[in-house]
Amino acid sequence: MIDWEPLILTFKLAFITTVLLLAISIPLAYWLAYTKSKLKPICETIVSMPLVLPPTVIGFYLLIAFSPANSFGNWLNNWLGLKLVFSFEGLLIASIIYSLPFMVHPIQAGFTNLSSSLKDMSYVLGKSRTTTLFKILLPNIKSSLLTGIVLAFAHTIGEFGVVLMIGGNIPGKTKVASIAIYDEVESLNYAAANTYSLILVALTFSILLAVYLINGGYLKQFKK
Amino acid sequence: MIEISIQKKLTAALGEMLLDINTTINKGSLVTLYGKSGVGKTTILRILAGLLYPDSGKIIVNGDTWLNTTTKINLKPQKRKVGFVFQDYALFPNMNVKENLLFALNKGQNSSIVNHLIEIIELGELQHRKPDTLSGGQKQRVALARALVQKPSILMLDEPLSALDAEIRFKLQQYILAVHKEYNLTTLLISHDISEILRMSDKVLELEHGKIVRQGTPNEVFNHKELNAKFQFTGTIIEIEKQDFLFILTVRIGKDLVKVVADESEGAQLIIGDKILVSSKAFNPIIHKIG
Repeated sequence: MIDWEPLILTFKLAFITTVLLLAISIPLAYWLAYTKSKLKPICETIVSMPLVLPPTVIGFYLLIAFSPANSFGNWLNNWLGLKLVFSFEGLLIASIIYSLPFMVHPIQAGFTNLSSSLKDMSYVLGKSRTTTLFKILLPNIKSSLLTGIVLAFAHTIGEFGVVLMIGGNIPGKTKVASIAIYDEVESLNYAAANTYSLILVALTFSILLAVYLINGGYLKQFKK
Repeated sequence: MIEISIQKKLTAALGEMLLDINTTINKGSLVTLYGKSGVGKTTILRILAGLLYPDSGKIIVNGDTWLNTTTKINLKPQKRKVGFVFQDYALFPNMNVKENLLFALNKGQNSSIVNHLIEIIELGELQHRKPDTLSGGQKQRVALARALVQKPSILMLDEPLSALDAEIRFKLQQYILAVHKEYNLTTLLISHDISEILRMSDKVLELEHGKIVRQGTPNEVFNHKELNAKFQFTGTIIEIEKQDFLFILTVRIGKDLVKVVADESEGAQLIIGDKILVSSKAFNPIIHKIG
């Protein structure tokens, strides 16, 4: 029988990453969608970088930055007691950076595609920005939020390069499913690798299918 | 009274245009902004609502300064008491009709006004429907009701009726006039429809290229234009009869033969076969309903 720990760790990582990403991405996407600042193109570029950079590049620089041999890593270690190299926390931060565009882009597109007159009308009706965001904007971009959540979750499950660079392969701490598969293949244990892989295939298929069904309005016909 | 004096450079379809508006609007009046597309009508309403910022100018409403660019006063849209009906209605799709109205309530405001508005704008049957299930006229009524929930001092309607057919249009004009009176509103309306303007408004501001070119009562503004109370037909003379001082001309206008009277000086110059223009002031037309 396979060791379940890597799978549990993977979903734990993906879940926490997604929750934190959602909290970060809503304000970020809101700013990107409505700002007229000249910094916008630069910020958009930075957010999108993980889409095109090889994951190993991100992993490499994070490894350098977080290393206790470095001033920043040293500072983190001394002042916040955070050791981000080869630890779950480090993995979490790397995942957030790596999956950021997958959460920000759908939400930003949701805001941009929403008629600006809804926001204007809410202001004319005397509602604050916060009320407008939570009562008008977010409820009307539910499908974008769902897309962002699922893509970020699925993308975190699928990451390999970043994790390998910064997390290594420590059972129970940083050995996620994708690493476990690689590990099993390296030790010629194909049966176990196959089991992990099948589980990941089945799960990601179901998650994505659920999103397309919900966003495509397929499930609505069963309501009422 | 509303005093408006605003300037803003706009990029219009035909290059840059300076919006330069100076006018006053009396409390309780219904004023129409009239003019071609792109002359800045919507921009004026958006500046009044605080959604756009002019390059310079001031807006004073009943003694309160809403905007003064020299003293850097600029009330946020949230602080200006305006009701606004957008051209696209901007109903919140995530809320049903009643929730749309309830959302508009101020903190602590008694919600009885919502029920009152639902009653006078006859939304009772629609109140639990979502906006995307409503027709254009129904959406329009909901947007109008929502704009009134906060009892604004100014009601602004951006081409509220342009997308509706004649019958619903007429009904909505009645609603607008009714709430205008009931809530003692100062109403600003954008419209292209001269008969609508004649029926509804006290004052017309006609705009061209960002400037007011004419203002006054609808009659004053439109009297010399399309609506100059005149019937005009062109036809061909087929017979000329002289009777005492007058000539009686038989004119073929379309398929009809019409007898018209011409005086001596006019008649003497005409011969059979001439094409003429017959026009008449419509002081005393006889009107028969035929449909």
